[in-house]
Amino acid sequence: MASRRSRSRQSSGSRITDDQIIDLVSKLQQLIPEFRRRRSDKVSASKVLQETCNYIRNLHREVDGLSDRLSQLLASTDTDTDQATIIRSLLEE
Amino acid sequence: MDLQNLNPSSLKSRFTARFLRALTEINAPKTISSSSPREIFQRYRRIKVAADKSMAYSVRSRRIWSRATLWRLRTRSRSRRLVSFGRRASVKTRTTASHGKENKEHHGAVLGVQAEELRELVPGGEAMDLCNLLDETAHYIKCLTTQVQVMRTIANLYSIE
Repeated sequence: MASRRSRSRQSSGSRITDDQIIDLVSKLQQLIPEFRRRRSDKVSASKVLQETCNYIRNLHREVDGLSDRLSQLLASTDTDTDQATIIRSLLEE
Repeated sequence: MDLQNLNPSSLKSRFTARFLRALTEINAPKTISSSSPREIFQRYRRIKVAADKSMAYSVRSRRIWSRATLWRLRTRSRSRRLVSFGRRASVKTRTTASHGKENKEHHGAVLGVQAEELRELVPGGEAMDLCNLLDETAHYIKCLTTQVQVMRTIANLYSIE
């Protein structure tokens, strides 16, 4: 009884509805390349979360790999002269 | 080199400016042994921290995940001498987890296990309720993809030399 009371008191101002969850999950789905390709909206929330975890892990791995690559490149490059080129090319994207 | 040419309000340009500045600092001390494996490894670690730090600072404290990252970075730099090298301690935020747990249980049957996995991947995820977790994850992913895109562009440009 006590737990039920405290739960309703706690969530009265911030009740999370199932619709909210469904909405947020579908927003996530749009960001995962895995699902953008197939374009089906018949993906379970559980699968979306699973793929989200995989995608984040991949991104972490990419950051790792790029940091490694940059550490090797920096050894042989003078950064100052190249920064203008980098900024220009990033602006054009 | 004029950094003011960038649109100052875009996340991408804020991150780029910060990250490039950090790279210049990291590359500054040119010693004879700047290509030794040990030096390269240390540079790799510094670059990785700089990338995460630059992104978190560009987002500032507008997001739970960026606040958690900034907090983790500050705590790490303070206790670097005490913590063993190479081991990143998991972030235990100060807010109690019980609030999050109530809502977790309500939707637990549906998304329990995957949500737990996600909580470990998103900074500060442990104390978020499911709604926040999903929202923060979406933003975190957008920032990570921006980070990767900029880092890749920089690496490609340096590779051309």
